[in-house]
Amino acid sequence: MKSSVIVFPGSNCDRDIAVALEKFQITNQMVWHNESTLPKSDLIILPGGFSYGDYLRTGCIASKSRIINDVIRHAKKGGLVLGICNGFQILIETGLLPGVLLRNKKLRFLSKNVFLKVLNINNQFCLNYKKKDIIELPIAHNEGNYFASHKLLQNLEEKNLIAFKYCNEAGNIHEKFNPNGSSNNIAGILNDKKNILGMMPHPERLIDPLLSGEDGSIMFESLLKSQ
Amino acid sequence: MKKDVLDPQGKVVSQTLKNMGYNNIISVRQGKFFEIELKETDKEKSKKMVEEICKKLLTNQVIEDYKINLDQ
Repeated sequence: MKSSVIVFPGSNCDRDIAVALEKFQITNQMVWHNESTLPKSDLIILPGGFSYGDYLRTGCIASKSRIINDVIRHAKKGGLVLGICNGFQILIETGLLPGVLLRNKKLRFLSKNVFLKVLNINNQFCLNYKKKDIIELPIAHNEGNYFASHKLLQNLEEKNLIAFKYCNEAGNIHEKFNPNGSSNNIAGILNDKKNILGMMPHPERLIDPLLSGEDGSIMFESLLKSQ
Repeated sequence: MKKDVLDPQGKVVSQTLKNMGYNNIISVRQGKFFEIELKETDKEKSKKMVEEICKKLLTNQVIEDYKINLDQ
């Protein structure tokens, strides 16, 4: 499997992703945002960080980068695209995923581990999870409060496009266990074709027992299996 | 932002617009917009109060200017 990680000025999780991809023997290339064409890739990853210093709106300026045209083409052809944290914000700004990510409800930057319930395993990112699995991943963001119209939320729920929801250790999805105020406790969503996943938590940060867990590894194993 | 103060966000927005093909852009400066509802009904008093608010809280006059529009 071949992947490309797009690097923007202000990306800061690009190296972590590269390490994770290497660990799972996915052949990766780092691609600078100003390139006009993507190398041949099965998977494109938009990493976390603070692209362009979060100017205007988080992910907004990055979504107009030169390379993004190729990312959109790749996505529209059904190619895999994973946006993590700032990458999720960029996907939203490109229009590849619906909704918007607002400031965290309590106006604080959040950096901690959270529990997530896996709600959709019929996609290439989550094949190796079990439905309703409870996993633990870190979050580190200031704008992760997913917001969408009532109609859109209903659509996401009905079509089962919500990949992850914030929950507690026992898997209860409740406002109490919602770290940032996200509508319906949403932590990650898929597009209709399920080839694009955007998520606020960082799977690349839990890929080794030395990093205190491997719940993130399962996503990379799923991607490999999907090939 | 005052004209002679560097506005990096405005510059990036301007450059992005140019990259998107809007070649007629000369420059962009980014600012803030506040909507303030008042109990006061007298125009002059309202203006005076909002000016005070601008000076005391909303702007840093070393780098920022303000403009007030009063609507009924």
